[in-house]
Amino acid sequence: MTNSTAPGLVLEARDLWAGYDGQPALEGVTFNIETGCLAGLVGPNGSGKSTLLRVILGLHKPQRGDIRVFGSRGRPDRRRLGYTPQSEQVDWSFPVTLLDVVLMGRYGRLGPLRRPTKADHEIAWQALESVRLADLAHRRIGELSGGQQRRALIARALAQEADLLLLDEPLSGLDATAQHDLIALFEGLRHQGKTLLVATHDLSCVAADFDHAILLNRRVIAFGRPSDVFTEELLNTTFKRHLLLVRLEGRTYVGHD
Amino acid sequence: MTEIIDYLGDPWTLEFMRRGLIAAVVVGAVAAVIGSFVILKGMAFIGDALPHASFGGIAAAFVLGANLYLGGAIAAVLTALLIAFVSRRALIKYDTAIGILFVGAFAAGILIISRQTNYAPDLFSFVFGNVLGVSWSDVWITTVAGAVILILVVLFYKELLFVAYDPSMAAAAGLPVAAVQYGLMALIGITTVIGLQTVGIVLVVALLVTPAATAQLLTRRLPSMMALGAAVGVLSSVGGLYVAYYADVSASAAIVLTATAFFFLAFLFAPRRGLLWQRRFAPVEPA
Repeated sequence: MTNSTAPGLVLEARDLWAGYDGQPALEGVTFNIETGCLAGLVGPNGSGKSTLLRVILGLHKPQRGDIRVFGSRGRPDRRRLGYTPQSEQVDWSFPVTLLDVVLMGRYGRLGPLRRPTKADHEIAWQALESVRLADLAHRRIGELSGGQQRRALIARALAQEADLLLLDEPLSGLDATAQHDLIALFEGLRHQGKTLLVATHDLSCVAADFDHAILLNRRVIAFGRPSDVFTEELLNTTFKRHLLLVRLEGRTYVGHD
Repeated sequence: MTEIIDYLGDPWTLEFMRRGLIAAVVVGAVAAVIGSFVILKGMAFIGDALPHASFGGIAAAFVLGANLYLGGAIAAVLTALLIAFVSRRALIKYDTAIGILFVGAFAAGILIISRQTNYAPDLFSFVFGNVLGVSWSDVWITTVAGAVILILVVLFYKELLFVAYDPSMAAAAGLPVAAVQYGLMALIGITTVIGLQTVGIVLVVALLVTPAATAQLLTRRLPSMMALGAAVGVLSSVGGLYVAYYADVSASAAIVLTATAFFFLAFLFAPRRGLLWQRRFAPVEPA
């Protein structure tokens, strides 16, 4: 393994191209993410956010370009990569409890034929504690509220003891209180030294609480501090007609589909 | 009291009833365990397709003088793997692939038989099932195959659960998702073939789906769903054989209809999820 990466970089993407059936989804994507950073991956639906996460996870092969995860090329150490899929992709009617789902975070570390041990259970319970769901551990997953379901998926990634968390649209469809809870959780995790890359089209959350933003619409429109990249021009380029900027009494309000 | 004991014990004084009982009980239990995955993944159509596809292999084995179950199992497993392959590649839609492949294999079976000058009544027992006509070697094959399937499910429970529940996350965690999916399809194929002798090609899907669906209404977690489903499958087999013995009706139909009756009981009376419970308590159910 070469370790020629700059220190402190968790993710380095250079000129990534990827697509499905000849349809381009990513066109020359380049960006860096530093360790311990809470980064927003911002763009409209269909802008390639999910594809980029899948490329980072090694689930989708890029056609061209270079991706370094934890400084090494090729297949990343999957145990260090936590992933939560979009809520709509999860089967919430499946007969599993919250604890069952969080324990799945341990499965990648166990070999075939091995059962979760007492230590695995302890780690799963710690993950549940840190997302404040321990008292609901034996609930069926479908009985949780929307915000609790998002935290459940994050607990699974935490049980995996991942260093880099890739979260696909964890904020969408939640009310303001649940969003606020989740952001507080993100900040706590960053404090513990985790790096988070959060795909979202929620600009206000990223603007208020994140320390890094990547504006994506097949290509990277901009990346940097939210206060630097959330300009009207760059946002319009990213969201095109999907974005509505309204000025009211000196403040800018953002609406999008 | 002795009358009841006589009534319950009478059928099992006959050896063919005892053989049928063992085969039906094993199949009822195994089919419900595998069927739990089938209904959770919405694969009931596959449960119908694979026994039909196995008919091609059974007919070919008949002509070649080979073991019929082996022929059926090979055809079912090959079809299952082909379906899994086609759907993973997303070349055509999943259910379209199933429709093409299973009818093709079934038609191949009919074609092969139609060339036979000496008519093959044996093969019709596969279409409609003939649980009371099974031999001790059939019982033996069924029991060994069923035990192997259950052992594999227990050994690979963690992988089967994770891949069934969330394949993308399982792949991200580094599990061999494709191998697990192919393996599950093969297990479904083998289960349907050992189910053939109990209830036949046309009805075997009921053994996969009905007891597992009954259990789903009454349980919260997959292990208890499998265990209760197996119990419902076993009770359906035993109950169906009593009905067949005393009412002198088709054993396969009686087994399937007993399972159907269990399902409707659960559908109506299951706590929380049953129809009557929802009618009665739905308006005051807390958010």
